[in-house]
Amino acid sequence: MKLSRWTYLELAGIVLIGVVVLLLININQRKREARDVFVEVVKLTEDTVEPAEWGKNFPREYDGFKRTREMQATKYGGSVPFSHLDKDPRLKRIFAGYAFELEYNKARGHAWSLQDQDNTRRTKERPQPGSCLQCHASILPAYRKAGGGDVLKGFEIVSAMPFREARKLVDHAIACLDCHDPKTMQLRVTRPAFLYAVKALKKSQGVENYDPNTMASRQEMRTYVCGQCHVEYYFAGERKIVTYPWAQGLKMEQIEAYYDRISFSDWKHGETGAPVLKAQHPEFETYSQGIHARSGVSCADCHMPYLRQGAMKISDHNVRSPLLDIERSCLTCHPFPASEMKARVEAIQDRHAALLSRAEDALVALIDDLKAGGATEAALQLQRKAQWRVDFVNAENSMGFHAPQESARILAEAIDYARQGQIAVLRKR
Amino acid sequence: MVRMTGREGGRAVLSALVGAALGLGVYTFVYAKGYSYFSNDPAACANCHVMREYFDSWQRASHHGSAVCNDCHTPHALAGKYLTKAENGWNHSLRFTLQDFPDPIRIRPANAGKLRANCLRCHLDMAAQMPEEDCVRCHAGVGHGPRR
Repeated sequence: MKLSRWTYLELAGIVLIGVVVLLLININQRKREARDVFVEVVKLTEDTVEPAEWGKNFPREYDGFKRTREMQATKYGGSVPFSHLDKDPRLKRIFAGYAFELEYNKARGHAWSLQDQDNTRRTKERPQPGSCLQCHASILPAYRKAGGGDVLKGFEIVSAMPFREARKLVDHAIACLDCHDPKTMQLRVTRPAFLYAVKALKKSQGVENYDPNTMASRQEMRTYVCGQCHVEYYFAGERKIVTYPWAQGLKMEQIEAYYDRISFSDWKHGETGAPVLKAQHPEFETYSQGIHARSGVSCADCHMPYLRQGAMKISDHNVRSPLLDIERSCLTCHPFPASEMKARVEAIQDRHAALLSRAEDALVALIDDLKAGGATEAALQLQRKAQWRVDFVNAENSMGFHAPQESARILAEAIDYARQGQIAVLRKR
Repeated sequence: MVRMTGREGGRAVLSALVGAALGLGVYTFVYAKGYSYFSNDPAACANCHVMREYFDSWQRASHHGSAVCNDCHTPHALAGKYLTKAENGWNHSLRFTLQDFPDPIRIRPANAGKLRANCLRCHLDMAAQMPEEDCVRCHAGVGHGPRR
């Protein structure tokens, strides 16, 4: 059948109307997105630990959170687990006699934080306290329950329990409740160790009774929520209370001075007997010495950059290396191509990795010399100093990027102390 | 009942369709505040949700007292102004509707040229002595201040 001219015109008219209707629906949808930021499907309370429940009200954020399960590598970091010990056998010597000589893997994303803690040989083969769970689990309701309503009391009780026993009190890895108030969605810090430590830190700076939840700016909170856990810590006393050693300041030597003052050591070195320290991922402390902190850039600005979804803008809850999303993470402030920013970051990291390797060589050389005889108390103290510096930098997850010059300064000191130690040993022989 | 010929019937249906298309088109145009784009009002640019943070940051910048979006981003001759609006309006609405654009958004070279011409329009006396051609390379914060 041959269609008439009229039929073609009518069909064209119908298609045109269809397109206009679709456009109208699209504009309507975008307008609604811009207006209704969220729809309350379920009531969230202080006991809603399950992230999927929060996801009903905040599907976009939850989607990102779930994606922290994904594993993606960058040149030096990312979230694909590998064995640090296999990659760098010097670490076995450096951690001799400590649980880290058993297993030390590159950490994966937030969603794995509890499972990976369960499965490491450090908790399977060595007794660990319940303290670990402060940061590996969504634990607030468990603290409240154990403390009869008092979170801080519950924190002390659970910390003192053996790890496997305390583990039965929690079900979920790091989740929504840990950083958000379920009523208002405001950012908040909940980790007791952080609350105590930041109070002590601010006191050292002349601010009494500091409470970040009421006194910090929004931008500060966008760093503090991460600083709740991505920090240096130790277990204080017999009750194994997780403590962040910030009472004298956040810098490497201020933390060292704190440990020296209370004569703390994590363990006696397996090869030399030196009373040494283990640094744990001091990201917050290191970042605090860098140019981004100085410029008022928060952790979330780079690790949870804004993500457009239709007419909405949300924080990407797939917390990960900024190198995996350079456009959103870096280019918001730096007006250069992504390839240029990647080259800048990797230039910093390559230099840093080379310096770190030299520092580890120096430390291992000192350990060799101390073992070979001539170890004095002074030389062992130099091992402690060198080791603390190497590890403070090595345990920090940015391959120097969070504060390049500060990290280089620390490594230069590490090399110097290690070589001083060797000279001391040689003089004694 | 009046029987219509094929041609008359076609005309009637087509008229109805044209009427519906026009009505819907006008309604959509008004609903989307299409008319506002003919104005100089900076709020019009933020109709498109992507421009929100650029509108906000303009309010925090030194120029917000003396220049609106069009003063810097469109030529000042009538034809050039509306040609620029039309071209960018088409590009922006197409890319936003299809959700196909780089984030963060960047000014295109052609638009950067128009921007530069507008810097000179006011600051020629001073700028004539400057070796650098791209004003905002150094004066990055004058049009758009801190974004958060």
